[in-house]
Parts: sequence; structure tokens; C-alpha cells
Amino acid sequence: MFEQMAKKPAGWLTGQGEESSVVLSTRIRLARNVADTNFPTSADDATREKVLEYFDAAFKKSEFLGRGEFCKTADVSKTDSSFLVERHLISPTMLDNLSGAGVYIGPQEQVSIMVNEEDHLRIQAITMGLEMDRTMELAAQYDNEVGRLIEYDYDSDFGFLTSCPTNVGTGLRASVLIHLPGLVLTRDIDKVIQKVTKMGLAVRGFYGEGTDVLGNLFQISNQSTLGKSETDILGDIERVTRVIISDEAGARNRLKEEALDQICDKIWRAYGILKYARVLTSEEVMNLLSAVRLGMAINVIENISIDTINEILLLSQPAHLIKYYGKELDSNQRDTLRAEMVREKLL
Amino acid sequence: MKCQDCDAHDATVNLTQIVNNEKVVLNLCKDCAAKRGFHSPLDNIPFPLANFLSGMMETDVTGEKSTALTAPDLTCSNCGLSFEEFSRLGRFGCGECYKTFREKLQALLRKIHGSSLHRGKLPPMLSEDATVIKEQERLEQELTHAIDSEDFERAADLRDKLKSLKEADEIAAGKEKENV
Repeated sequence: MFEQMAKKPAGWLTGQGEESSVVLSTRIRLARNVADTNFPTSADDATREKVLEYFDAAFKKSEFLGRGEFCKTADVSKTDSSFLVERHLISPTMLDNLSGAGVYIGPQEQVSIMVNEEDHLRIQAITMGLEMDRTMELAAQYDNEVGRLIEYDYDSDFGFLTSCPTNVGTGLRASVLIHLPGLVLTRDIDKVIQKVTKMGLAVRGFYGEGTDVLGNLFQISNQSTLGKSETDILGDIERVTRVIISDEAGARNRLKEEALDQICDKIWRAYGILKYARVLTSEEVMNLLSAVRLGMAINVIENISIDTINEILLLSQPAHLIKYYGKELDSNQRDTLRAEMVREKLL
Repeated sequence: MKCQDCDAHDATVNLTQIVNNEKVVLNLCKDCAAKRGFHSPLDNIPFPLANFLSGMMETDVTGEKSTALTAPDLTCSNCGLSFEEFSRLGRFGCGECYKTFREKLQALLRKIHGSSLHRGKLPPMLSEDATVIKEQERLEQELTHAIDSEDFERAADLRDKLKSLKEADEIAAGKEKENV
């Protein structure tokens, strides 16, 4: 399954988006439930199955939705379901309960709809770069289409009703994945994080072994889903993101002015390791790619495309490597083949 | 350092989260991190909501024990979830739960979101003009009621909501004019 998909990068990882030298992706998620039906977490197997069958048929019936594909996760192998998680088409929590659940994958994988995750429907759209309006428009198209087929659980006070009270109202969680090596290196990142959280948004950084943030990647998202319109929620995130982008640009300029040799050295060392290493863990690849991505953004490295960097990031993940090489691999074999794949892509 | 969840393996995942302006540092082993849903930097991370909710319901902003836990327990007639279960799990069983717990939820939702009234999109099946007008009338009635019963927090929410509905209506009307 998904062999064709594994051969090419996800649609949202290619092409150009606004501010794509700092913002990797924009993601919109809408949580929706079917009226008069228990939420998936409390529904019995028969109810889950009924909801699943309903959407299986509905997705095929609609001309608009018929352009995508639907599959039941119970029919998907373990590697394939991890592959879907790595590709952001299903959530990691969905792996805990694959029976009675499914995923709809729209053209170019820009939109996916999880059925029977925590809510009956999780409509998700992803695009590259900072593209709030366009991403919302994509998700809304699917939301409107499905909402005409079936009645959503809606309350005139509380809005769209969701299994978790943190999603109720708009059901909208918008996030940007942002690359901030400059602010991490200048140690200004804590100040920026404080600034963002004061605006009522959530920031998440990811720490691997040691103190460095893994890949210098941060996710910024809205916390509140109720009491504001969709436009206001997206506007808040966009505004804050633009402030961070300019902070990051300032940090990069300062580094260039004050420590150009050290920064260039860090960038070229990372590139050298990626190009020649024989064993690479996924964590190491993420950190090295961060340095190379910075090198490209400040025009130190010029002969690689951002698509290649994104493709390596995607293919470095365990299930993607397994699909890429078409065979089961243990973790040592993966580290060796990961290095081989990276060398091949950087040739 | 040992993992703070299992206390058996070394903590290799050190995660800092900032939720509601409070810094929370987690030191976990790889397995326990995965159990909590921390997989890879590209994943969508849920925050430990049940803890947050139970903490929130035990004390209100003034630090006093809130009425939520001391009031007699309510149970949803459709799915059988009690309010106590909800505050432990952090998840509702069905849409009916929202109706059953409506009064208690208004305060809770205000703490989570800063508001207890939806001001966003209407579902496609409802979003016709007639419904918008009906919705305005209903909100106006509720506003009068809220003012009468001196529930000013709710009155303020209702006023905001009415304002945004009217604005949306004016924008829609403006667009129609442009099209003519």
C-alpha cells in the first residue's frame, strides 16, 4: 500500500510558500462531530463502524470528495500506519486504536480527513510556508462539502461540539512549524517564547539528548478555540509569526556580522557530515539539516534546493526509509541506509 | 537522571512546554515520552489536558475550592458520563454532555478560552440568512435575560457575539451589493 506515495514527497512539501526560508509549513485542523451520535472515544464498536461506513460511502458519492481516496486503518499494516503518521495524514494517537477508524486523503495530500480519531472528523490541510488564508480556504472547502452531507453536532452557545473542551467552538487549531536557528544561537529564543505565550498562543520546542532543540524547530499554535472568529484566530497567529520571522532575521544578521566564520564553519561541517557519513540517526539528520537550511537561507550554501532538504527530512523517518528501500529494517540497518539515502540525495 | 514517569529508565527526552504562561519541564525516557504522545518534532502534541482540567476545577482563580467538585454530580442522560468522570478524563462522551453540564461548563470554558460563546462559523446546514436573523433574535432575548439576572460576564459575551454576527451580516450584504 502507498508505494506510489512513498516515491514522491508529500504535495505540501514541494513548491514555494511565503516566508518558506523560515516557516516550513502551515497547518489547519478542524474538529467536527456528527449530530446525535456518541463521540468516538465513548462510542461502542457498532457505532464507530456505522460512522466509518457512512463516510466511506459519502466520500465516494460526492463528486468533490471523490477525487481523493479513503482507507480504513484496520486494513493498513503497522509499517504503513507509521508511514501515514510520519506523513501527517493520521495522528500518532490514532495508532492506539486503528479499528473502526479511517483516513481520507485528498489530491496531492494537501487535505486529509481522519474519521473516528478523538472526534468523528478531523479535517486537516497543510501547505508549505506561511499561508494562513490559503490553508484555511482549503480546509473550509472540505468542511463545507461534508457539512452539506451530514448534520454536524453544533450548539448555538458553544459552537461545534468536540470530545475535548479545548477544541470546542470553532474546532480550529492552526499551527505553523517554524525554523529558528538564529534565535537559538543568539540565545534570544526564551524571550521570544515568552512574548508569544503572552499573546495567548502556545509554543512547543523539541528537545533531544543534550540541550539543543531538535532541528531548531518550533510549533506555534492557538490555544483558544472559542469566543473568537476563525479570521481573528488566524490573524493572531499570522501577526505573531511575522514578528518572530523578523526577530529571526535580526538574529541571523547579527550572527553574520559578528560571527560569520564560526557560523560558516558550523554550516559546512554539517553539510560535510551529511554528504559523507556512513551511519546517521534521524535525530542527527534533523540537527544537521537545520544548519544546512540556515546556510541556504543566508546564501552560504547555494547549490541545493529546499525541496531536497525537505525530502531528506521526510525520508529520514523510519517508516519512510522502510518504504523507500522496500524491505524491513532494524534500527542499525536504518541508520546505515539513512546515510546512504542522504548521500544519494546530496550528490 | 531517571524518567519521571517510570523511574526505571534514563530520561533522554527533556521537554519544555509553556502552557498558560507556566513553564513545565518533563524529563522522560523514550517509551514514556511516546506514551504521552511526544513522538517526533513534526507531530501534533496534545498537552496533558486531564491534569490541567482537574487542577483547574479543584481551585478557581482566587485559589478557593470551586463549586464544581462540591456540587451534586450530574450525569448525561444519553451516554451516562458523570461530571466527575468528565473532570477526571477531560473528554465528553457526546454532544448531549454539553447540554447536561451547560451551567458548569460556562465557567470552565471561560477559564480555558476566555469566553463561553462561539463567535465563529455556522455549520453549512444552518448558515442561511433566515437562521442568522433567528440567531440574532435569540441572542437579543438572552442578552436581556442576562442583564436582568445580573450575569454581566455572560452579557458581555453575548454583546460581543451579537456585534460579530451583525458585522458578518454587513460584510455579506456589502458583497451582494458589489455583485449587483
